[in-house]
Amino acid sequence: MHKKTLTLLSLLMVISILLAACQPAAAPTEAPVEPATEAPAVTEAPSGEFECTDEIGCVDYGPGEPIRIASALVISGPNADLGLDSQYGVEIALDFRGQVLGHDVELQAEDDGCSSEGGQTAGQKIVSDPTILGVIGTSCSGAGVPMSQVISQAGYFMVSPSNTAPSLTDPDQAWNPGYLRTAHNDRVQGAAMADFAFNELGLTSAAAIHDGDPYTEGLANAFSQSFQELGGEIVEFTAVNVGDTDMRPVLTAVSAAGPPEIIYYPVFTNECAFLTKQAKEVSGLEETELAAADGCISDAAAEAIGPDGEGMYFSGPDIAFTGELYERFKEAYREKYGSDTLSVFHAHGFDATNLTLDCVEQVATQEDDGTIHIGRQAMRDCLYATEGYQGITGTLTCDQYGDCADPKISVSQLQSGEYVRIWP
Amino acid sequence: MQIPAVRERLQNIDFIDLILWIFRAVIILLVVWGTIAAIIDNPYSTSQWINFIVFGIAQGSMYALIAIGYTLVYGVLFMINFAHGEFFMSGILTATVFLAGPMAASGFMERQPVISLLIILIVSMLVSIAVALVTERVAYRPLRKAPRLVPLITAIGASFFWQYFFRGLYGSQSIPFPQIQALQGSFSLLGTQILKTQVLVVVVTIIVLIGLNFFIMRTKTGKAIRAVAEDKDVAALMGIDVDRTIAITFATGASMAGVAAVLYAVVFRQVQFFMGFIPGIKAFTAAVLGGIGSVPGAAVGGLFLGMFESVGPALFLQGLGIPAAHQLKDVIAFTMLVLVLIFRPQGIVGERLGEKKA
Repeated sequence: MHKKTLTLLSLLMVISILLAACQPAAAPTEAPVEPATEAPAVTEAPSGEFECTDEIGCVDYGPGEPIRIASALVISGPNADLGLDSQYGVEIALDFRGQVLGHDVELQAEDDGCSSEGGQTAGQKIVSDPTILGVIGTSCSGAGVPMSQVISQAGYFMVSPSNTAPSLTDPDQAWNPGYLRTAHNDRVQGAAMADFAFNELGLTSAAAIHDGDPYTEGLANAFSQSFQELGGEIVEFTAVNVGDTDMRPVLTAVSAAGPPEIIYYPVFTNECAFLTKQAKEVSGLEETELAAADGCISDAAAEAIGPDGEGMYFSGPDIAFTGELYERFKEAYREKYGSDTLSVFHAHGFDATNLTLDCVEQVATQEDDGTIHIGRQAMRDCLYATEGYQGITGTLTCDQYGDCADPKISVSQLQSGEYVRIWP
Repeated sequence: MQIPAVRERLQNIDFIDLILWIFRAVIILLVVWGTIAAIIDNPYSTSQWINFIVFGIAQGSMYALIAIGYTLVYGVLFMINFAHGEFFMSGILTATVFLAGPMAASGFMERQPVISLLIILIVSMLVSIAVALVTERVAYRPLRKAPRLVPLITAIGASFFWQYFFRGLYGSQSIPFPQIQALQGSFSLLGTQILKTQVLVVVVTIIVLIGLNFFIMRTKTGKAIRAVAEDKDVAALMGIDVDRTIAITFATGASMAGVAAVLYAVVFRQVQFFMGFIPGIKAFTAAVLGGIGSVPGAAVGGLFLGMFESVGPALFLQGLGIPAAHQLKDVIAFTMLVLVLIFRPQGIVGERLGEKKA
């Protein structure tokens, strides 16, 4: 009897886990902005005259105290290049800026782990520190979804240099007040990739593979929709798991459904490399074009893919930026980190940091002794009100749900281990 | 006389039994339904079905080789060695960094693919064995008399330790394993394209399993392992060095993992410090599926698991009209595990365990 009860309980547990897995990934959020009940007063303002009138509290920095900003980017694991690249962008922005209102700016670098658990953890860690003003992050949309909830409820703000999932700035899905991004929305990237495949390459049938992460699923969806609108056919829309290595069964399924003329798999480094290496080995896919996206554009990804990826396409933000500022940026990057840019979201990190610091300068109240007070709601309002800001990535204007980018998408091709921009 | 007996039986069936039976029936119904639907509305050609099966056998062979490590250690110590996935990772990662990369760069691998693969295989096995012996000596031996849960927790700790140790040594990025031209491409068999690498995997696995069977059944050391598995104290009284035998068991399991890791690298051509975790979990599942403690069980369990993962989504799920079926291959694999454990708690070929082992 006792043993049977145990069996039943374990069964129920398995079933409940399965059911939990079936829930929609991004629970629609009414996003109750619970104002932080206690104003996170860091230091007693020495003069004692300032009174915080901000609805969700103020951050105060005494004389000589640095302004503290956190970053939450993926800086370890196979996708580390993606996050480090953005973090370097943030650091260079801080170097260029020097002091803000007579205060140094200090960066606390956290790791988003490119996973929802990682985003949750980094978010909790950041909001437990009331001296942190706001966050530049996350790298991965999958980490951004839970983190934006944590950040938003605690009254902080976050500006992501590389989240691109459409759901994150969709108020019906995962958007939370206080969330903004300088990266493009993947509705734009999906449409651009579909345009490239259909009009430039002249392909009419495609398959899309994602891995269940909000970024990959959103982009695969956006691509499929746009491709169908253009008149193309999506023969298979399917998914793999993060951590899968044997992609041949799923590729055989794709082959059986078409075979398509192009497979678009906007997934991250490891799965991207496995799919690329195994696609040519599946019968029926020998002639199929392969395409991935910005989650798979980095030196580490090119190395992992190896010679099998020769000639495959990658959609991503157009980083053929012009302007004297970008030249200075690249020079500083080379000098400080000893390499060319690692991935594609460094300039977005630079712009995100500058947007933030500009807003600090606008909204901070300064006292005679150098103490500054920054209202958290004022900070948010200032960021959302950004209009016509000239950054490296273009002219940034934020809409009410935090889409600030001036989206430009390009397609590059892997040629002898280098990403070569070929379109537009 | 019949009827009262039936009634008595019915009265003995309690509520929980009923639910368990309904659960079994529902799963079997779904499987049958999905299979029939998949066969009627068959989107795949025969050669694609054969491909699914070949993929499954190749993947399953690797699971089988890793599962042997779990099952051997369980056989002698009754503990689940969760660090086994790390034995698998350590050998090939080291061999890739120090041998495969340089050998490919110098062109040696192109000229002498067999010799270079053999060297990689030997190094991979040796490193795996070394890691296993260190783990056994430092983390498990001092706790042999401790309650059962203690070594389990140490094993998880050891697993983390080795992961991050090797991450510290070689970095966290994915390292490409060089392509071996001689093994590239496929050949045609009865109109089906079969990859050379997968044939290699299956052939090597069969050879290794035969060798292992010989080692355990026909050699003196093998006999010692079986004796220790039967009863440590009595084995010690018979003059068997128990500590040494247990260390040999770990080394045997680790060398199997070392072979599996080379096959993995040849097939997937990408290695990383975290690569042992998921195959480790899967192989543990395979060992339980086959009947933990039994060597043939590990082999059969590995093959079954590989087949479920490869054929299952196409056969059961697509027939039911579930989108993105291949993402759910783990669900199939673990549902099958639950199912097998409900019907045969001892595993597919396992023997019913006595009170002492269970």
